[in-house]
Amino acid sequence: MTYIPKFHASRRSVLKGSGAAFIGLTMMPRFALSQEEKKLNFYNWDTYIGETTLADFNEASGIEVKMDLYADNAELFAKLKEGNPGYDVIIPTNDYVERMMAAGMLDKLDKSKIPNMSNIADAFKDASFDPGRNYSVPYMWGTLGIGYRKSKVKDASSWKAVLAGDENAGRISLLGDGESVIGVALQYLGHSFNSVVPAEMKAAEELLIAGKKDVKVYADDNGQDLLASGEVDLAMEWNGDIIQVMSEDDDLSYSVPKEGSLLWQDCVCIPKGAPHPDNAHAFINYLLDADAGVKIADTIQYATANAAAKAKMDEAYTGNPGIFPPDDVIAKCEASLYSEEKTKLRNESWTRIQAA
Amino acid sequence: MESWKQNKVVFWVTALPGVVWLLLFFLIPLALIWGMSVGEKTSIIDIEITGTLDNYVRSFQAVYLKIIWKSIWISIVSTAVCLAIAYPIAFGICFSPARWRPFLLLLVILPFWINLLIRTYALIAVFRTRGTLNFTLEWLWNLAFLDRLVGPFQPLELLYNNGAVIVGMVYVFMPFMVLPLYATIERLDRSYLEASLDLGASQWRTFFSVTVPLTMPGIVSGIILVFIPMLGMFLVPDLLGGTNAIMIGNVITDQFKAANDWPFGAALSFLLMYVTFAALALRAFVSARIKGAVGV
Repeated sequence: MTYIPKFHASRRSVLKGSGAAFIGLTMMPRFALSQEEKKLNFYNWDTYIGETTLADFNEASGIEVKMDLYADNAELFAKLKEGNPGYDVIIPTNDYVERMMAAGMLDKLDKSKIPNMSNIADAFKDASFDPGRNYSVPYMWGTLGIGYRKSKVKDASSWKAVLAGDENAGRISLLGDGESVIGVALQYLGHSFNSVVPAEMKAAEELLIAGKKDVKVYADDNGQDLLASGEVDLAMEWNGDIIQVMSEDDDLSYSVPKEGSLLWQDCVCIPKGAPHPDNAHAFINYLLDADAGVKIADTIQYATANAAAKAKMDEAYTGNPGIFPPDDVIAKCEASLYSEEKTKLRNESWTRIQAA
Repeated sequence: MESWKQNKVVFWVTALPGVVWLLLFFLIPLALIWGMSVGEKTSIIDIEITGTLDNYVRSFQAVYLKIIWKSIWISIVSTAVCLAIAYPIAFGICFSPARWRPFLLLLVILPFWINLLIRTYALIAVFRTRGTLNFTLEWLWNLAFLDRLVGPFQPLELLYNNGAVIVGMVYVFMPFMVLPLYATIERLDRSYLEASLDLGASQWRTFFSVTVPLTMPGIVSGIILVFIPMLGMFLVPDLLGGTNAIMIGNVITDQFKAANDWPFGAALSFLLMYVTFAALALRAFVSARIKGAVGV
């Protein structure tokens, strides 16, 4: 039997370089009452919206949504860096929200136009990276963890299994994203994910270099495929990617290690220079609607930050520990904080680790 | 043929599209990147061209030199393998019956019709532990009763090492080597080969003393066409390489994306370009010396 790699088109596993696909909805608006033309340009991750959400929104508001797709935050940032090419709504991850705020690339939200903000779960009503939620609305969140093959792996409850896992030698894949890998190594050593203390960073770098002999590959977003095909038995990956392959293979599981992990949060934002700000606010409000939120969560199977939508979801979703880890685990997780210094130090360290 | 000086209008009309193209899509972007390489980041999105050499100084850190050196030797080995395989292929096509040639050339060019990324993913499916090649080997192993004599088949670890990167590079760039070789070998005057053989030279001697020197232009352009893009390759090491796979192309990509440090990325790109120019200059120097020595 030959294993044929599947191209899971999930939010984080889009093939790099495949270019942004393009989906245009060409339904004509029924009314043209406001001054703003009934159009909206939405820049989103692949498969990161409900199947009918854009059509439903068009039905409800008459606004025609054109969606472009990006594969990672760096691509989004690079595209908007030289000026907004015409997007109204974007979905960056928290550290990029922070980076774009610092660079003055986001518009302040008019909360009076987003009454559905009351639907946001309490834990996400405020954010360390955006105090008062003036620039961002939480959309989905998730964790970094270990996807593993139950029949081959004894214990995946600690980062030790992949960072210093002699017993799993040659069967491990780590992420190709140095900032996250180094952050997790820091957490395993008992430090903060965001530490830039030289001694702590050095210890993490040494740990990762020593662990290299056991690691098969630094996988750029295809750890779940390596796991599913049996190439590796443990993969450091994003929860959503592992949940997808878990649904096809009962022998696979996902754990958020006890030392804590990275908790990411994708946020809906309006980039500076958006041509249709009113429509953008209407769209954000629609995304926070309970029923719309149910349809989105149902399609993409990530943890929603929309409490009203979560309340309407079934047990298979809300009770899935891969999607919603236990509270004591979440308490130990950290969000990645943005700093230019951290990015530079982590990148240099990551280059040294790979060249060692 | 009249000189272009006598008909300047025709010259400029025909040259203009090429000049504009070169200026707009090559020289201006290249100049911008060069400017960036002597610039500094002043904020998250702003870069100021200050004339600093800091980015180049940083490029000379041991870790980057080590990675550049690794990129160079991987590219040299891959180019050599490419040449060793492509030469007989090109030779075979040239000496095959004329009606077969277009078909054989098509086979060489065919992979071009498929996206590079897809082709590389296909290689993963072939070489992975539970991939086509290992399954085939296992089948042969069992067919020869080796499973009963020696023990069960152990799948080969073919992916995620430098060997896999070299195989991937050779596979991707092979057509670029075959085509220039084909072009020169086809023009080869075969009476030289017959003369050499008639005069008593062995096949071996004829090949190295007559065929190779006569097809040298094709060999050189093939090497240049293949070696230079290999030096900057980042996709193949990314997908097929293991934990040590990093090449200079990957470091540069990182600077423009994750690290958001365009000035440093620009400096590294230009460093790579200087290395390339140095290699080309060395080649010109060496070939001039050889010509001088032979007295041609």
